[in-house]
Amino acid sequence: MSGFGFVLGLGDDALVAAQRLAQWCARAPELEEDVALANIALDQLGAARLLLGYAGELEGEGRDEDALAYLRTDREYRNVLLVELPDRDFAVLMAKLLFLSAWQRLRYEDLAAGDDERLAGIAAKAVKESAYHLDHSALWTVRLGDGTDESHARMQRAVDEVWPYTHELLAEAPHLRANWLSTVDGVLAEATLRRPDDGWRPGGGRDGRHTEALSYLLAEMQVLHRAYPGARW
Amino acid sequence: MPEWPLWEVFVRPRRGLSHTHVGSLHAPDAALALRNARDLFTRRQEGVSIWVVPAAAITASSPDEKDSFFDPAADKVYRHPTFYEVPDGVQHL
Repeated sequence: MSGFGFVLGLGDDALVAAQRLAQWCARAPELEEDVALANIALDQLGAARLLLGYAGELEGEGRDEDALAYLRTDREYRNVLLVELPDRDFAVLMAKLLFLSAWQRLRYEDLAAGDDERLAGIAAKAVKESAYHLDHSALWTVRLGDGTDESHARMQRAVDEVWPYTHELLAEAPHLRANWLSTVDGVLAEATLRRPDDGWRPGGGRDGRHTEALSYLLAEMQVLHRAYPGARW
Repeated sequence: MPEWPLWEVFVRPRRGLSHTHVGSLHAPDAALALRNARDLFTRRQEGVSIWVVPAAAITASSPDEKDSFFDPAADKVYRHPTFYEVPDGVQHL
């Protein structure tokens, strides 16, 4: 049996990642990439709904997935900082998705074999989706990294920027770190990118200490529900 | 940014059937064309296999040549195997 806070963290990672990805819809380089990113966003949203629904049951105070998604403030969110970072560049989006999906794939694989049957079921469904997200972000990382001088410089800058935030991601399950590193190293090497040195380790997302970017993201995500509680279409 | 090249997409709905043309899409290279095709054309379990072909690699008949290409076949009824007596009891012919 897992705890409320643990499942909530997994669910918030997926929900915030979904919202960030959805913001690319109609803004990607081509229509085809719009659809690909929206697909990935919907996968993340699907996992988030199952996880938050389960978290609500574990809490036992009558909060369902909607209550948890729409009626918590930023301080009550438990996602890692990596997923809330703004995507100032397509390369930043891809670096985040690469690190996150490589992690989620291992994490869900681990949970799918775990004792909590409910969580194992959710994870087993999500693991195939994560493998596809990893494939998509790895292909793009390689194309941008091993592309033109401009795309290489921007992809390297994105990897450098996002790297410090991977420590918070990995801290929760250190036994998966070596496996994660070998996946990520393989992609970075093929992309002719340099793995940044470990230094600054920002964290605090799991305790509700977030960057201001999350507040803007939640404001947009929650505005309709807060203006018209329970609105449906 | 130069526009990505066009790819034609063929999907095999299930084992035993042929790949059928389902549409086209843009992608920078073959690997991404395949993935875009997966996202665009097999969202609802439409297929078990996908081919992508650079549209530029397809040589097509021209609409201007329609008369000389296809019309001559119109009055050659002897090309249709309709003059054979079908024996009784033959089910698969």
